[in-house]
Amino acid sequence: MSDTQQHSISFVRTETLPEREPPYAASGPVKWMRENLFATIPNGILTIVSLYVIYLILAATLPWILNGVWNTASLSECRDVLDGTVGACFSVLTERWNQLIFGFQYPEELYWRPGLAFLLLFVAAAPVLFFDLPRKLLIFTALYPFIAFYLIWGGTILTPIVALVGFVAAGFFWKNFVARSFALGFFGSIVVAFIVWWLGGFLISDTANENAAMQAVPSRDLGGFMLNMMLGVTCVSLSVPLGIALALGRQSSMPLIKWICVIFIEFIRGVPLITLLFVASVMLSYFFPPESQVDLFLRVVIMITMFSSAYIAEVIRGGLAALPKGQYEAADSLGLDYPQAMRLIILPQALKISIPGIVNIAVGLFKDTTLVSVISMFDILGMIRGPILASTEWNGVYWELLGFAALLFFIVCYGISQYSQWLERRLATDHR
Amino acid sequence: MTKSVLLGALTVAGLAAGAAAAGTLDDVKTRGTLNCGVTTGLVGFAAPDANGEWNGFDVSVCRAVAAAVLGDPNAVEFVPTTGKTRFTALASGEIDMLARNTTWTFSRDVDLKFTFVGVNYYDGQGFMVPKALGVSSAKDLDGATVCIQTGTTTELNLADFFRANNISYEPVPIETNAEGQQQYLAGACDTYTTDASGLAATRATFENPGDHVLLPEIISKEPLGPLVRHGDDEWADVVRWTLNALITAEELGVTSANVSEMATSSGNPEVKRLLGTEGTLGEMLGLDADWAQRAIATQGNYGEIFAKNIGEETPIALARGLNAQWTNGGLIYSPPFR
Amino acid sequence: MTTMTDPPRESFRLSMLINDTRYRSMTFQAIALFSLIVAIAYLANNLLTNLAAQGLNIAYDFLGDPAGYDINQRLIEYDSQSSNARAAVVGILNTLLVAFLACFMATVFGVIAGVLRLSKNWLVSKLMAFYVEIFRNIPVLIWIIIIFTIMTAVMPAPRAFRGDEPEATMLFGAFAFTNRGVYIPAPVWGPGSMVVVLTFLASIAGVIGYRRYATNLLYATGKLLPMGWPSLAIFFVPTILVYLIMGRPIGLEYPELGGFNFRGGIQIGAPLIALWFALSIYTGAFIAENVRAGIQSVSKGQTEAASALGLRPNRVMNLVVLPQALRVIIPPLISQYLNITKNSSLAIAVGYADITATLGGITLNQTGRAIECVLLLMLFYLTISLSISGIMNVYNKSVALKER
Repeated sequence: MSDTQQHSISFVRTETLPEREPPYAASGPVKWMRENLFATIPNGILTIVSLYVIYLILAATLPWILNGVWNTASLSECRDVLDGTVGACFSVLTERWNQLIFGFQYPEELYWRPGLAFLLLFVAAAPVLFFDLPRKLLIFTALYPFIAFYLIWGGTILTPIVALVGFVAAGFFWKNFVARSFALGFFGSIVVAFIVWWLGGFLISDTANENAAMQAVPSRDLGGFMLNMMLGVTCVSLSVPLGIALALGRQSSMPLIKWICVIFIEFIRGVPLITLLFVASVMLSYFFPPESQVDLFLRVVIMITMFSSAYIAEVIRGGLAALPKGQYEAADSLGLDYPQAMRLIILPQALKISIPGIVNIAVGLFKDTTLVSVISMFDILGMIRGPILASTEWNGVYWELLGFAALLFFIVCYGISQYSQWLERRLATDHR
Repeated sequence: MTKSVLLGALTVAGLAAGAAAAGTLDDVKTRGTLNCGVTTGLVGFAAPDANGEWNGFDVSVCRAVAAAVLGDPNAVEFVPTTGKTRFTALASGEIDMLARNTTWTFSRDVDLKFTFVGVNYYDGQGFMVPKALGVSSAKDLDGATVCIQTGTTTELNLADFFRANNISYEPVPIETNAEGQQQYLAGACDTYTTDASGLAATRATFENPGDHVLLPEIISKEPLGPLVRHGDDEWADVVRWTLNALITAEELGVTSANVSEMATSSGNPEVKRLLGTEGTLGEMLGLDADWAQRAIATQGNYGEIFAKNIGEETPIALARGLNAQWTNGGLIYSPPFR
Repeated sequence: MTTMTDPPRESFRLSMLINDTRYRSMTFQAIALFSLIVAIAYLANNLLTNLAAQGLNIAYDFLGDPAGYDINQRLIEYDSQSSNARAAVVGILNTLLVAFLACFMATVFGVIAGVLRLSKNWLVSKLMAFYVEIFRNIPVLIWIIIIFTIMTAVMPAPRAFRGDEPEATMLFGAFAFTNRGVYIPAPVWGPGSMVVVLTFLASIAGVIGYRRYATNLLYATGKLLPMGWPSLAIFFVPTILVYLIMGRPIGLEYPELGGFNFRGGIQIGAPLIALWFALSIYTGAFIAENVRAGIQSVSKGQTEAASALGLRPNRVMNLVVLPQALRVIIPPLISQYLNITKNSSLAIAVGYADITATLGGITLNQTGRAIECVLLLMLFYLTISLSISGIMNVYNKSVALKER
């Protein structure tokens, strides 16, 4: 017995074996490759095909990019430098950098102004984009439109100040009277704002813009990527409130208001942006009072804002529809009236659901600002297709310019969509 | 960058509406700048250079008007227009005058209600082909692919020409001259057609202009000139006579160099009337006496403008041809200053 | 039992218009209607004043006048003496053509990329993610111009095919890829070709009939007929037989160099190709995301349950996953189709003669009738959009979950 015991004991190990390396094929890069690249035969074929595609793309672009020429004054000079080898003439970007970014008419000594406005945009946008930042920063966000207007257009400082005072007065009125009656507060504040602007109009003399501290720049002189940014930022921020109003209007129980909103939204969504831009460029001026001059930039802003507000309205309507009916009923049962219910209960939840959709619309809209090049505005694409490609020096450079424009848009749009995904994860609290 | 744009502009619009003026001339004087519609870029006629300064034959006309009316040739706001937007821009008052190689036609004058104040360039539609193609006449272009700029009379002329000669072609419509160049140089079309002056200007920007020829056929009459809105005759007169002043100056030998000297020393009464040292022509136009002097001094006379921008010394190298003074067998002819 | 008295009927007071919820909505609507009328009247008044000041009017007579210009791609008879209205119709047909082609191609690209993005193959899924991101984040106008530039600047010109040692040659002697477009052989319909076509149509009907019969048989008796090869046979064999019996009535006309261009065959113009591909690749990236979301929306339990029932993988896909995924995929897919139709208006950038280029472009320029042309243009797009969204609503109703 002890024998057997002894015998069996000899098979019991008293200490653990030292850990062995896993088999070569089941660990490390090899395992990873077997699992992820060559799991099955068709999979392996796919991998090889993909590798070949990547090779083709890189082989076509890498030498071209790496061999690029950055400092020549014209295409022919660049071709001389390249001397028949494959390479890009990036010198068109360095030589025409200012034109690509600011357009060809913005005064060169004033480039710091839009540059500063661009930097401040990040400061202003930060508290809206990231909720953790101190709420006090929102004050700067509220002031930003006026600062940016002053920086970019220049002219007399009275214009943005009067506009600001109008808003402040309206807000003051709203705060004091909204408790008494929503309608009184709402319509009253609009009236107050207009009175302030009207009075302010007398303050600003006709010649104020000529001898202002900041040189005035007419909006026709804006151009380049700056124009895309400005159109994008302006139209998105204007169209969000308008979109909310349209969405609420479309949900309204008042048939007349509902139908106005439905017709507006469906009409705008039914036509391509380019026809609306045609309206801005060839039709809209007939609808303004005779003798008044509304410049093309403003007309385009009006049309793009209308366009994007219709899309945003649909996104927000989706958000409103996604809220359970109980929320509406709960608000009613608390005795809240319509504006209170909307402001305190419905909209905060609905907007939260709609944020990713709104961001998508914003990205789409920003991309669509390139369409203004079709109606002879010199945004970045307009600059490329017009003055730069038509010039004697750079007649025939396509890839560098188009690639640069594509890269700029990619950076901005990809950045925004990454932010949107981050936000979606952040907001993924259970809201049901 | 957001709402204040709207508000600021609304305020300005309101002010502008309040100060509704009677005519374009007064508008321009109050505003202090002339809004002049030009093309989006055609070297020699109107194109911004690397510094964003507009230069060219049409641009000089705008600058001459600004010099005459406002005393400053740089008080011009150039509004680039496409074939599509140019007429609306003028009709809606966005621009005060259009100097964008626009052909004077019956329907534009009568139906679209514009006043052509004169002709500053007698042009005609031509064809450019690569030398290598071996084509010597437009009638050999049967079956060719033709690039045309849209929104111009050239499309209609082209259709008529090929129809009249009973040959076929395939049109490739393009929006801007730059794209036309690109298509043509890449061989996507066999020939590029537009006004002969435009072809010469385009060819001048090519790397090897010598590889391309203009065919001898000129298939249309294209009198190009500045235009203004119907119904504002005072303003039309100002633009018309500024142009005529430039033309007359060349005829009388007044140049930018000798204009001030001629104004005082010339014995020719027409020179004196033109330059305002005699008579009250400027006053009749609603301008001061020196108006024509300023226009000529800053821009030069018609011949100088031609030579500077598109003449034989420039890469565009256009001969005067039809655009020579009538005394030299051309068509450039100004009514007398009297 | 007790006398119920109505509360004393309140007489109507003016303040009720604002304070009483019963009447307040009336007040608001009245205000809205009033401001709407005022706004419209104001705009209309401005329009009329402006038009009168310039002596213009709104009239549609120009539609009947000869257009005077030529169009390079036309699906119906058209020459420069045809009316502006006919030019507009040519444009409409071209819009519909490119929209249809691009919708088809975008679906193909989108489905492939969407499915491959979910592939377990790391490289492939990353490559597809790259494709989706790069195309979604760059404006479609830039893509159209880039692809058009590739077409014109990289492809050989027809004259490169000329000479004894041409720089470019035709593919199989039948396909010519030039920077003016792609030339492909055109079918020549000889006598008797109708019979072949009819046979072909009949065999399509036959395939559908056979598959329906097989399905019914399966449900009724459980007997499983093979589906794949009989379908293929019914599809091809009769047509080929008839084609041979009739003595090959359908021939091919090959494009050849002649004059300045290729002649014969079918030409697919460079603008059409550029627009078609740009729209398909761009929209394909969006569709890929829709497809991915649709497939991911089907919970894994469904697949596992189906496998547990003993279904083979392809049947799991066809019978369980796809029907559920399609419910999620199709609504956004249709709105992508709508986007393609609307984005096709960017044809103007490449010189493709769609409705925006004919009616909203050359006709507008030549007649100067800006207001009329833009209005008609918007009307056309509105009609298309509303009909597509009408179809979408009908579809949505038909696939909505029928909850009991």
